[in-house]
Order: sequence, then structure tokens, then C-alpha cells
Amino acid sequence: MLARRSRTQATTRNFLDSGQSLLVAFAGLLLIWSVTQTAVNGVNDVHAALAFGALIAFGELLRLNLPGDREAAPIATAGAMAYAVLLRVGTVPATHGAGQVVAVTAIGMIVGALPHLAVGRPTRIAVMSARLLAVACAAIAFRPLANASLIGSRWWSELPVMLALVVASLFVEAVISALMRTEALRTRFIVALGDELRVQMAIGAATGASALLIAFAAEVMGLAAVAVFAAPLLVTQVALRRYAGIRATYLQTVRALARVTEIGGYVETGHSARVSRLAVSIGRELGMPEAALLELEYAALMHDIGQLSLRDPVPGGATVLVTRAEQRRIAEYGAEVIGQARVLHAVADIVRRQSDPCRPAGRAQPPPLSSRIIRAANAYDDLVGSSDDPSRAAEAVERLRLDTGSEYDPRVVEALSKLVVP
Amino acid sequence: MGKLSRIALLYIGAVVVAAVAVVAVGPFGGFDWRQVGVLGLLLVACESSATLLNSRGLTWSANSIASLAAVVLCGPVGAALVACCTLLGIRRGPKPAQRLFNTAMYTLSAYLAGRAFLLFGGHVGTPGPSSFPGIIGSFAAAAVVHVAVNFALVRGVFWLTRDAESAPGRLGLDFKLWLTDLGYGAFGLLIAALWSVLGPFAPVLVLIPVIVARWAVAQFAAQQRAYEATVSALCQAVETKDFYTRGHSERVSRGSVMIATEIGMRVERVAAIRYAGMLHDVGKLGVPTSVLQKRSSLTDDEYAAIQLHPMRGIDIVREIGFLDEALAGIMHHHERIDGRGYPMGLAGDEIPEFARVLSVADAFDAMTSDRSYRGARPVPEAVAELRKWAGKQFDPAFVDAFVAAIERDGWSPPDGGIPAGGQPVAAAADGDPAADAVGPLRTIESL
Repeated sequence: MLARRSRTQATTRNFLDSGQSLLVAFAGLLLIWSVTQTAVNGVNDVHAALAFGALIAFGELLRLNLPGDREAAPIATAGAMAYAVLLRVGTVPATHGAGQVVAVTAIGMIVGALPHLAVGRPTRIAVMSARLLAVACAAIAFRPLANASLIGSRWWSELPVMLALVVASLFVEAVISALMRTEALRTRFIVALGDELRVQMAIGAATGASALLIAFAAEVMGLAAVAVFAAPLLVTQVALRRYAGIRATYLQTVRALARVTEIGGYVETGHSARVSRLAVSIGRELGMPEAALLELEYAALMHDIGQLSLRDPVPGGATVLVTRAEQRRIAEYGAEVIGQARVLHAVADIVRRQSDPCRPAGRAQPPPLSSRIIRAANAYDDLVGSSDDPSRAAEAVERLRLDTGSEYDPRVVEALSKLVVP
Repeated sequence: MGKLSRIALLYIGAVVVAAVAVVAVGPFGGFDWRQVGVLGLLLVACESSATLLNSRGLTWSANSIASLAAVVLCGPVGAALVACCTLLGIRRGPKPAQRLFNTAMYTLSAYLAGRAFLLFGGHVGTPGPSSFPGIIGSFAAAAVVHVAVNFALVRGVFWLTRDAESAPGRLGLDFKLWLTDLGYGAFGLLIAALWSVLGPFAPVLVLIPVIVARWAVAQFAAQQRAYEATVSALCQAVETKDFYTRGHSERVSRGSVMIATEIGMRVERVAAIRYAGMLHDVGKLGVPTSVLQKRSSLTDDEYAAIQLHPMRGIDIVREIGFLDEALAGIMHHHERIDGRGYPMGLAGDEIPEFARVLSVADAFDAMTSDRSYRGARPVPEAVAELRKWAGKQFDPAFVDAFVAAIERDGWSPPDGGIPAGGQPVAAAADGDPAADAVGPLRTIESL
């Protein structure tokens, strides 16, 4: 527990680096501007402001973690966007300005975050700032148009403008998150953006549609719409929370069960964990997308599971030292075990091909990139083990380099060398 | 539905005739045909994405969204016309008779829901700001009638065909389906309410969050299945060390779930005990193969190594975010009620509940599987042994629960037959009660 707490704190600190502190500062300025403006002009339609503020606070309270250490608050986002593009409550036109939208959103978010802070859950100010910024973009673009009655009063003139703005604002949020991940994880921006869009696509569609529904329904149902259209998002959120939970357990389980080879004395303690960490870093360095990285992590964790078929463990577990035929047999058996799960075909294939040289003889297909990464990472760990002696690391990289071309993929070895030799 | 009896055919015929009559009589005034068209398309979309409820073809679809929207917008006859589109649903499965019955059933439900809506003071047409909140009461009446007619008509078919097995099951499932149906039905009101501001885009926009919600639930279910498959595959890998225990973890898991369900454990605890059963012997990996496969009797050191396996198991699975109960179960599954088990020698209620459940299932599977030194014992004999050692080795309550579950649901022991080249093993580290008894406690198997 202690270890976990300190790691989260480290990430939180990490998250407040350079670009992110700029983001937070900008959001802070935005907050000050909006609150001042609202204070000067007075609050326009207090009931609506309270209703939307309450929805945003509720959504922030229920924010959830998505796979890949992401945070989202779909209900809060939907509420804030709806408030930004609100045209009428009942028959009364909504005339609040962009400043009021930002102020209500920010205050709602802060109120919703307070209980999290009270129980000591880490709160990522940068992520909240990104969400606020995205809403501010939509509000600043839309409110002047709406208040000047430049948008017609029929759905076929209103809907396209609102739709475009909601989509654009969700895109802004994805871009900011991708930039943050680029900085925090050393991945490429375009890869990070692709990952972000893939993960957020479905939940973003639901959030955007709910925002539009709330905005339109307020015209018919009044402020009751705020509560009614949050309901489907709530269902989605419960399911996604459980999904993220089971995914985390999945990874923990594979990590734990990968250690059976260590406990059985087949490999050195910590080998699978080290190989998987190194392999994922190499994969990220080479610009692999998140889904592929997850498969790579699973495959790297389980790459030695085939050794369970050996009656006697390989001395020291160093598969780099046994014959090619033996390596292949271990890999083949490991792939068979993983293939029995019937859901991890790609992982099984990666494990099967891990012992193939990067340029196979004849006209055989070269193994997938993930297999080549595991092969290099495994060989490196067999040579270096848990030692952190830099000269030993350099020596090992040198040895792998000698075998590039036939055995190891030169690109993989270069990425590895960047990571382990300072 | 299988082959239909004459009376069932008569019943289906009557439902179809009633539906046709309702649609034929009309009147066809007072609604907008474009609305009927759009809602009909919506209904086809809902019907085409029906979910299978059981393996015998009973399905559920979100048709009530479209039907109930039509009740508000187009009135009873319009709603009946929309419901007729069930016939056009694009999906494999239903036989013509079934399809016809479903269509007639939905048509009647929609029509009667429309009547109920009018009866409780609803006004047909696009609702405006003045309709709320008054419309909610009449709409709720319509939704309840829709669900009730729907279920009554389906029940009728199952009752007449005496096909109790594929009926919507016990009351619990029925009730859950009722609620789900009512929940989806509520979106019908939202579509109707938004029609005045969004026109035909209302259904599209309303359906997006609903579809995403269903997608999220499906994602969760798929991930859950993937997880179970992976855990079971990895457990099988562990079992490769010992041919005779192949499938053991899987069966212990199944047995433990039978006991847990029988004594009425909560769903989450049943899920946890399923994993505990699968992983209970993972620590055997830490026992040297030479000891596991030894033919002759074991030395004290070797027994010590074997007695450590539950602790080794804990070392491996500790990191997994399970309930602590599952961990306790794995750790103590070789304890005995009389306190002569291992690793801690706990007795009676000191032994965690999960461990007491696991130990019954574990011993039972060990007895009904082949071992190198004996063949599998028949189920009744193993049951008798369980009863005999209840109170000494096993918790009697769980033995009773297990026996009751086996008598009702049966038990499929592993396929018999010793393979060529199967490795001989000592009856050392599995749940075999005889093997676990050291010294004077040679129990079941040695008798």
C-alpha cells in the first residue's frame, strides 16, 4: 500500500511538468477571468446555473479511470457542453455568456473534486484543466453567436452548429490529453493522439450526444432534462468502471501467474517483470500504439511459460544459452498454452515466433515486431540480469549488436541501447 | 419451439388474427405517416439487434423504445403499425411461425399500450412544454401495459407448448427483464418529447447513448470471459507437470461454485470462489517435480515441501486484486475441521469459509479421478466417503450442500483411461485425503 501511494504521488508530480504547469496556469487565468466577469455582470438565470453546476459536480464526483491510466468524467463533460450550447430553457432564451459557462463548470468541478481530495485520492489538476479548456473553447465560440441570435430557431440550423462545436471541443480535449501523454510517457504525438481517439471514441460519442440531448430537451422539459439524460451515461459509466476494473485484474493476474516460472525455479526471480518492462519501453520508443503495447506486455510476461514443459529447469533460466531447437520447442509450447485461452491469438503468435531470428532463412516471413522486441529484451536480461552495472549493460548491448542483421533486429537493438546505456 | 401442438397453433392463430383485426379496423387518421415510417425503421433496427437470452432461442430486444414513442406520437393504431415492422427484423434465428407470432404479439402490446395511454388521459401528438409533467403518468401506464401484455402472451406460448425449460425462467429473471424493458421504454417518451425540437433526428440522438451503454456492457462481459479463459489456460499449464491432475483445477472450481451457490453465497463471493478454485493448487509449481512424481513413500523433508504449497500459491496470487477471502481459501484449503491439516493446523470455524468449501470440492475431485496407484472411484462411493469424514476432515454443512447439488445437477467426472506414457505420480500434493493424512491419520484411501 505504501509503495503504491508513493508511486501515485510520483506520477502526480510528474504530471505537473513544464507543459502541464503551463496548462494549469492557463486554466487558472481562465477561472479568474470567468469568475470576475460573472461577478461584474451578475449571474444570468440562477436556476439553470445551479442545475448545470450540480450536474457537473455530480459528474466530477463520479469520474472514472479508463484503461491506460486515463481519467474521464463523461457526465460532467456532457453537462458542461450542454450548458455551453444551451439555447432555450422552456420558451425563455438562454442569454448567459461564455464567462458564466466557464465559471459554472470550474466551480462545479472543484466542488465535485472536494470529496476526492478529502479521502486523499490523488487529483490530477492538469487533466481537470484540460477538460475545462475544452469546454471553454466551445463556450467562447458558441455563446456570442447564440446571444446575438445568429443561429436560426429550427433544429436543422441549430443542430449542425452545435454538433460541430461539441465534436471540435471533444477533439481539443483529446489533443491536450495526447500532448500530456507524449510528455509523460515519451511516446510520439501522433501515436498518442491515435490511442486517445480510439479509447475516447465511444464514450465521447455518448457524451456529445447526451450534451446535445440535454440542451435540446431543456426546451421541452425544462431543467428536468438535465437529470433525465444523464441516466444513460450513468449506465455506460458503471459498465466502463467494471470493465476497467476487470482489465486491471487481468493484467495483475497475468503478471502474478507469469511468476510461476520463477517459483518453479525455471527462471531467475524478477526476469519476466524486467523483460516485460524493457520490452514495453522499446515498443513505445519504436512508436507502437497502445493496444499493441498491451499485447506485447502480455507476451513478454508469459514468454517463458513454455519452460513449464521442461522436466528440469534450464540452468539459471537463461534461454539464450540453450539450443535453437530447444528454444523453439519452449516457444511453441508456450504459444500452445496461451492459445488455449482462445482470446489471446496475437499474444500466442508473438510468443511462438520469439525464438525465430529476425531474418529467417529461405522465404519464411520475418517474425512480428513484438517477437523481435521480446527476443532482444530477453537476451539482454539473460546477460545482465538484475545488475545495474552500466559497463555490464554496455557490454551486453555490444554483444547483441554483433548479432544484429541475422539474430536481432538492428532497430530494436538501437532502441534498447538508447534506453539502457545512458 | 419445436413441434407445435394443435392447441398451441390455435393460440398463435388467435393472436395473429387479433393483431390483423386491430390493424385492419383502423382508423388511419390522426397521425403522420412520416413519423410511422421513421419509428418503423427504428423498430427494425432494435429488432435486428436482439440479444439471445438462452440457448433455446428466447430473445429480448429493445422494441419497446419505438413502440412506446409511437404510442405518444401516433396513437394506438399508429403504434400497432410501427410494431408490425417486427416482421422485417434482419436477424437469423426465428422460424416463420415464431416471427409471425412475435410480430402479432408486439402489435397487440403496442395497440393496448396506446389504448391505456388514452385511457389515463394522454393526448396523442407531439408533446410540447405544457405536456410535462402530466404526460408522465399516462406514459407510465402505457409502458406497464406494453410490458404486461408482451410477457403474458409469451408466457402463454410456453405454457401451451409445455416448454418450461426455455420459458423466461424463474421470477427473478422475469422481474429483471420487466425492469429492463420499462427502462428502455422510457426512452420512447424522450424520443417523443424531443420530436418537436429535433424532428426525425430525435431517435438518432437518443439512441447514441443507449447504444454506447450497451456496447460498454458488452465490452465488460467480453473482458470478463477473456479473463476467465486466460486464468483457466494458465492453470492448465501449471497442471502439465502432472498428467493425473489435468482438469483438476477446473473441476474443483466448478464444485466449489456448486457448494457456494447451494448455500446461497452472494454473487461476488461466488465469482471469487470460482477463481480461488482455479488457482488453489498453483503453489504446487514450487514443489520439485521429482517429489511430485515420486513413486515411493516420501521423507519428512519431502512432506514439508508439499505442505508448503498453499503458502507458495499465496506468494504467486497475492498481487491479484481479489477478495482477501479467495487468498485465505487458497492458503487454508488443506486444513481439516479436526485441526490436523496444514499449513497452520486450524480447526473448526477458525478455518476460513472459502477454504472449507474448497477442501470438499478438492477431495471429491481427487477421489473421482484416476490416480497412478488406483482408478477413479464412482461418484456414490465418493459421496459416501465425504459423508463419512464430515465433521473430521470436512465441514458437514458444506458436504450436505455439495451432495444436494450433485444429486440435483449431477457431476461429470473426468474421462477415464490412463494414457500411454502417462507419468506415474505419488499421491502427494493434491486434494486426495489419503495423501494428506500423515502417520496415524491414514484415512479414506487406505481403508
